[in-house]
Order: sequence, then C-alpha cells, then structure tokens
Amino acid sequence: MKVLKFDRKGMGKWLARLGEKGNVYVPASSKEGKTAIGWRKLESAEMPPVSPGVPARPVKNFLLPQPEVLFRFSTRPGKEDSFIPREPEPGQVDNIIFGVRPCDARSIMLNAMPYENDPYYQARMEHNIIIGLTCGEPCSTCFCSWTGGSPMGTDGCDLSVTELEGAFMARAITRRGEKLLEEAAGIAVEADHDAVEGLEKMSATAVAGAGSGTAPERALRERDLMELYNAPFWQDLAERCINCGACTFLCPTCYCFDIQDETLHGKGRRIRYQDSCMFPLFTLHASGHNPRGQKVQRVRNRFMHKLKYFPDRFGPLSCVGCGRCVRDCPVNIDIREVMGKLLAL
Amino acid sequence: MSYISKTKNPYRPYPARLDQIKVETEDGNLKTFRIVLEDEREREAWNHNAGQFAMLSLAGKGEIPIGIASSPTEKGHLLFTVNRAGVVTTALHNMREGDRIGVRGPLGNGFPVDTDLKGKNIVIIAGGFAFTTLRATLIYMLENRDNYGKITVIYGARTPGMLLYRDELRAWQARDDVEMHVTIDREAPGWDGLVGFVPTIAGEVAPSPENAAALICGPPIMIKFTMPPLEKVGWTDEQVYLSLENRMKCGIGICGHCSVGPVYVCNDGPVFTRSQVRKLPVEY
Amino acid sequence: MSTANQKITEEIRAQAERLLSSGEVEAFLGYEKGSLPMSVRPFTARKPEDAGRLVWNSFCVLNLANYLPALLKSLEPPRRPGDPPPEGPLPRVAVVATGCWSRNIVVQIRENQVDRDRVTIVGVPSRGMVSAMKVRAAVNGREITAVTEEDHLLLVEGNGFRQEINRWDVVRDNCKTCRHPDPVIHDILIGKKAGQRQVQEPFAQVKDIESKDSARRWQWFAEAFESCIRCYACRNACPLCYCPTCFVDDSRPQWVGKSTDRTDTLLFHLLRAYHCAGRCTDCGSCESACPVGIPMRLLTKKLNMDVLEMYGSEAGMSLDEPLPLTTYDPSDPQGFVLTEREEKGGTR
Repeated sequence: MKVLKFDRKGMGKWLARLGEKGNVYVPASSKEGKTAIGWRKLESAEMPPVSPGVPARPVKNFLLPQPEVLFRFSTRPGKEDSFIPREPEPGQVDNIIFGVRPCDARSIMLNAMPYENDPYYQARMEHNIIIGLTCGEPCSTCFCSWTGGSPMGTDGCDLSVTELEGAFMARAITRRGEKLLEEAAGIAVEADHDAVEGLEKMSATAVAGAGSGTAPERALRERDLMELYNAPFWQDLAERCINCGACTFLCPTCYCFDIQDETLHGKGRRIRYQDSCMFPLFTLHASGHNPRGQKVQRVRNRFMHKLKYFPDRFGPLSCVGCGRCVRDCPVNIDIREVMGKLLAL
Repeated sequence: MSYISKTKNPYRPYPARLDQIKVETEDGNLKTFRIVLEDEREREAWNHNAGQFAMLSLAGKGEIPIGIASSPTEKGHLLFTVNRAGVVTTALHNMREGDRIGVRGPLGNGFPVDTDLKGKNIVIIAGGFAFTTLRATLIYMLENRDNYGKITVIYGARTPGMLLYRDELRAWQARDDVEMHVTIDREAPGWDGLVGFVPTIAGEVAPSPENAAALICGPPIMIKFTMPPLEKVGWTDEQVYLSLENRMKCGIGICGHCSVGPVYVCNDGPVFTRSQVRKLPVEY
Repeated sequence: MSTANQKITEEIRAQAERLLSSGEVEAFLGYEKGSLPMSVRPFTARKPEDAGRLVWNSFCVLNLANYLPALLKSLEPPRRPGDPPPEGPLPRVAVVATGCWSRNIVVQIRENQVDRDRVTIVGVPSRGMVSAMKVRAAVNGREITAVTEEDHLLLVEGNGFRQEINRWDVVRDNCKTCRHPDPVIHDILIGKKAGQRQVQEPFAQVKDIESKDSARRWQWFAEAFESCIRCYACRNACPLCYCPTCFVDDSRPQWVGKSTDRTDTLLFHLLRAYHCAGRCTDCGSCESACPVGIPMRLLTKKLNMDVLEMYGSEAGMSLDEPLPLTTYDPSDPQGFVLTEREEKGGTR
C-alpha cells in the first residue's frame, strides 16, 4: 500500500492542483457560525479547517442531486421529436470531494446496493471521486462502529486521509485514488515505515459509539419481522414526532425519491428528487386510500427500513451512524435508542 | 450525462402511439387504450407475462403504473384499461387517437402462468375494473388451453354497464372450456344474468380447491369477504394469488413508494400468494 | 442548576400528578429530558406516575400548542364521517403554555381547532428560551458534551474546554423582542407574572432588511434561504399549520415544485409566511426546529409588523378581539389598492 505524507500546506497545494482534474469540494460546515451547509468549492490553495464530525449535509447530495434530470423533452405537439425523452447532454466534469468522513463514504456503497441497476446513480459514482478523512475525534452523537463502520473506515473512498501528529497521511484505496496521488509529486513524500505502522494500528483499534462489536444487523436479521413491527414503543415514539423530513433529508442512507415532470414554454424535463417516507403523500393512492396514512406507520417505516427491511434484503443496516438525525431532530428522536429497544425486545 | 445508455436506461419509456381508444363503462371513467410501440424492433422484442404492468408515460404530466390488459399472445399492440382518478390518468383520458405516449416496462412479476399454475384448475375472481390483468391471464390460458385444467371465472361489477370487455365476456360465455359466472351487484333492467356480490357468488360456486389455484383481483373489501367462502370449502393461503396495488414511481424497486415491509410491490410483485402477503405489514 | 427552572419543574410535576390522578385530564402535555445536551422532548404524560418525567428549562423551544389539536382528536371516541358527535363531555388535556404558546392556543380556539372547555392551560411566564445554535456559535462550533443551566448563566462543556455564557446573550431573537412573556389565558399559573416587557425596537431586524435596496434585499433573501432542504420542519413545528393537505403537498393543482431549486424554496417559504399572517405569535418554533438554521421567522415577523401597523392587532391576545384578516372594516388601510393613474406610473 502506497502512503504519502503531506504537511498542511502541501495538502492545500495538492488539492488546488487537483482542481485541474475536476471540481474540488471541501467541507464547509458553517458560515458565520450560523447557516449550515455541506461542502463548498475549493477557492484557494489552502487546506480548510475541518471540525470534528460530519458536515451538516450528507454526501448523498452529490450522488442523488436535488434534482437529477432524467430526461428532457419538447412539449410542442406535432413535431417529430414531440414528447420523446432525451437523456441530459454530456459535459459533467468529475467532482473530487475532500473530507468525506468514513460514515458518509460508506453510505455511498450502501446506497449502491438498491441502486445497482440505476444508470444515473452509477454514473454519479463514476464521476464523484471521494477523498475520505478519517476521524480522530468522534463526536458524542457518532456511532459508526455500532452500525458496521469504523472511524478509520475506507469503504466508499478512493483515497483515505488521516491526520497523524500534525501531518496528513494519504492512502490510495482505488486505482482512481492512486492516480490522484500521482499529482502529489514534489508536494508529498512517501511515508516511512513507522508512520504506516501507526496508521495500521489506528485502523485496528479505532471505535466510535457504544455497543460496538455486537453486529446488530445480524441480530435484527434473525428476528421475526412482525414481532419488531408490532413492538409497543412505536406509538410513544410517533407521538412526539412532528413528521417533518429533517431526518430523511439529512440522512446519508435515506435514498427514496420521487419523479416529476416540469414544463415551461414548450420544453419539459423529467426530474427525480429526494423524497421522504415521513410525508403522508409518499404512499397516497389516487383513490384516496393511504397504506401508511398514520404518523406511527410512517415513523415505524423509516426505522424498520433502516434496521430490518434493508438488512433482510441486503445484509447491512441502512444506517452508518453519522448521528445527523440524532443531532438535528427537532424533538430529539434518537435512532440509537430505537436500535437498543429493538435489540432488547 | 451522455454516458447514460439509451438502451439500458430503465427509466426511458418507449415512444408509442395511442392506436385506439375505447370507452369501456357507462360512466365513461374507464377507457381501454390500444398502444403501439413506434419502433418496430422494440415492438417485436416486447415480451411480457400475464399480470405484469407498465408505466404509461405522458411527457409533461408524469407516469402511472397500469396493469397490462392484453395477453402476451396478442402481438403488435398493448392494451391498458385505465380508470380516471389522478392527474396522469385524467390527462390520458383527454388524449386522442394518434397521440404520442411513452411505455416503460414490462414491470413486475406477473402470474406464474408457465410454472406454478401449469396443470392446475384455475379460478379467476375479479371485481370492478381490477379485471384487466386477469383478462390478459384468461386469454393467455385459453390460447394455451392444454396447460390448465378446469378454468372458472367469477367476475362482478356494480351494474351491467360497468362490466369491462362485454363483447369478450359474451364470447367466453359461449365456450364450453371455461365456466363463466358474471354478476352484477343489484337487479337491473335487461339483465338476466347473476345478481349478487362477488363473495356471495364465490360462495355459491364453491370451487373445489383440489389441485387448484385462485387468482383474485379487486377492491380490498371484496378480497376480504371472498376469502371466508373459499376457506370454508378448503382453500389455503398458498393457493390464492393476489395482485397488490401501491403508489409507484420508479417501478424497479428503488424509490420506496410502493414498499410494504421489505417487499417492493413493483419489483417483487405485484403478484403475491396470500401466504406471502400475510407475513407482511398491512401497508397496501 | 437554575433554581427558577427547578421550582417550575417541581410545580409542573405536582400539577400534572394532581390533574392526572384526579381524572381532570387524560393527558398532560409538557417536556421531558432529552438524550443530548440542550435537548428536551415534547412528552405526553398519561399516568400520575409519569409526572416525575416532566422537566422545564431554557431549551423548551418547540411550541406545545402544535400537538394540541391532534392530541384532543386522538382522545375522542372513533367515529366515521356522518356519525353524530359523541354525547357527554369529551376527555380533557392539560398543556404547559408560555406567553406565545397561550396566544397560539387562543388562535386555535378562535379557528375552531381546539375546544376551550377541553383544555387546562398551565401557564408559565417565559424567561426567554435559548437558541442551541447561538450556543454552538458561542463556542465556535466545537462539540458540546454538557450544558448546565444557572439562572443567568450557561456552563458549556466540551472536549477540553469549559465556557460560561451569559444566558441572555444566547436567548432566541424572537424571545428577546417578545413583549408578552406571560400567558394571556391560563387556568393554572406557575411562577410569577413578568408583566409586559418594554422592547425598544421589536422589529429592528425586519426594518434593517427593509432598509436595503432591492438588489441587496434579494441577495439577503437568496442567501438566507439557500440551504433549505425542504424538510418542512418549520411547517410541522408550527401550531398554525394544521391543514390536512398543505399547499406544498397538493398535486391537483401542484402549486410549488418539490426540488431545492431557489424558486421553489422561496415560493414555499413566502406562501407559508403569508398563511401565518395575522395569526403568528412569533413563538420561534419554526426557526428552532430548522436543522439548517434558516431565519424564516423574519418573514412572519415582517407580516406581524404590517398587521400591527395596519390593524393595530397582535395575534391571539384575547378570545374576543376581531381577527384582523377575516374582519372587514371600511376604515381598513387600503394602500395596496391602485387607481388606474397610479398603475400607469403616476403618483398617489
């Protein structure tokens, strides 16, 4: 494994150099300490300060943009191409996203499971290069280890960067990552044996979140679905839920979407955008019947999908333990408690 | 993103023309649309199972999942019988013959006509406008008559004028290789057939569960009340096939709208045995 | 620990226990402790022994009136459309209410969402609630692991730091400009009334934006709403938003696009604000619920200012006062009515 060592200045230089290969994005967790965003375009050859934990917005917005244009079409009748959908024009430059935490990076792989045959997601995977940044200081809302990840995890990364004693150690994970490291010629040096060993040791021992090592996905897969579904606590949980979609839109592994057509002056586009199973409209039939018409059904569905339905289908939990929903829920619904309750049933 | 392959994009509808539009019911709310794919190769390559559905795609309005009413054996065109209910179906009802439309599919599993149902006695039970994919199934079975035992059809609507495919119903009633029980909810002038709700007729017909399978489509309330008379004569959940309907968007098991527990109705269904459905939350 | 909050907590618990065990109410709507620093959870106590879980502190930011209509409805015996209303008195609930929340309950009563006879209002004069976002900003965004509240100080702790913050410095903007901290209606009062507060410039923030030229105003607008994720936490945290189908969810016709395109986002926020005109009490629930820190409250604040200036009315101040936007008076200001000459560019 090739590991390069950067100092802070070198890191900034390298990122700026990568700007010639694509759009380089870096975390921008706050603006005037107030308006929270996710990532911003790199503006100068400086390594941005990165605060512990995840940016406010998840990395999924690069892979499931709001909106994704599926097709464009003409709505002027009588023409040869009227209403014929056309895939969007080419011209997208690669994004190189720096500072993706291991939880977020892992979400890209988890979402790729249901999106296996989705050409738009696959194309976005191809055109978004992920430079991970491992976590030296997990937050109190972090619980990646409990969900099958690690603060040192590299799943979903092309490159993984670790801050070690003031320096930055960059490991290539994929061929794409290796190519990016080639751009560091003259900026970074090859890491010595001790540094690589230190990195390996960190990877082996890093933990974030209580209950790590218990493989909850396995325990929950083995449980009877309807028994979990009929658990008594859903009603209490739903009572305080205000049924907004903050959790779903901030969640890196909530991947549901809606499709809609928009038209203006003879032109139209079919777009898809992130949707939330917390909204009553999500399941409403044209007849007026609503299979998940009650709030408790929707709250339950969101957690059951992450903790039971998805594991039953794909294996792992559909949760990476980033803690955004825990941190930002207006009524403090805490998925760690839900997981604990399901496991204790 | 030009790298989205035109041929492998499951979101891409085939361009098609509305070839013929037929008003099915007296209230005018149900129309059957005959649709022909524009591209000859796409038209010839089209292949579906009875019980599958497709997305009808109206550029500028959206898409709507509709069961395919034509049998796989009817080549060259597709039939969709559509109830006017929401935005897209209303727009569809306002379209004219010759207009362009998109078709995305076939989607879902369909009835296991060539596997589990082969060699069985078949009971088709339908209510109202849910007869559509069962029409496809019935025609397929009649075209491959030797593959099935006795075929019994119980079909009901509110009034004679609300029955779908009336010409074909008459033709099937004239055949001796299919037992037809067509019923309406209440007495009506000029109607000399059966009168009574589908569950009642099902109880009277009391089809034998021996080496048999029942395919039931209809409003949830009809399905609910049809089960006890069947169970009374010995039917089990494994023998009963249902077709679920949920709100759908992608049709390929990703977007989440149609999910019922771990199951995506669009991709894992819409056809399930009743024993499969019973293991799921009642979210359909 | 703040002695003021401690006392209020104890009294809330005592009242809840009394009301629940006497059977006077079926449910008591308050707050319980949350799992994170600066978090509380709206909590419905249903048994006297639940009363001990209730708490009161400066982080009770989500307007409890929000839950009231649904809670009352959930306690009614189930009936189908067309069934006659149930006979006899319906189950009652108690709700903790500060000044603005009590005004929201007044609005709900006036708009027939809440039956006054079914609600016991447990009034608590507000000392102003704290903005968690301001606290985070005060410690430069570092992670906070514990916050202890004194009467006038917050003691904030995190990994390797301890910081004392003056409580008033981090009180929410809406609370700082609030003139009515006392409940306007209540059946039980906990603590002492604070009286009407004198606020120098309650609409200073709005006037500041209004003083900008149109390009700058647009810039403020665009930047302020840029990070909206369309999660509707603001709408769902609002006690005024009780429509069975919100205009943003309507599909026939579809009024607003659903993506985070700027036009769609702004349209949503503007329309939502207009729906709150003459009804909003500036409780700040929307802004506190927002996970991305959008100052959407300033839109409703602007409308509150206009309603006050034009009709001399503040929402929910009494059960008898006419509702400003559903009452017509020939002397109402009508500056928005343009004559033909004015429309052609003439002056008024």
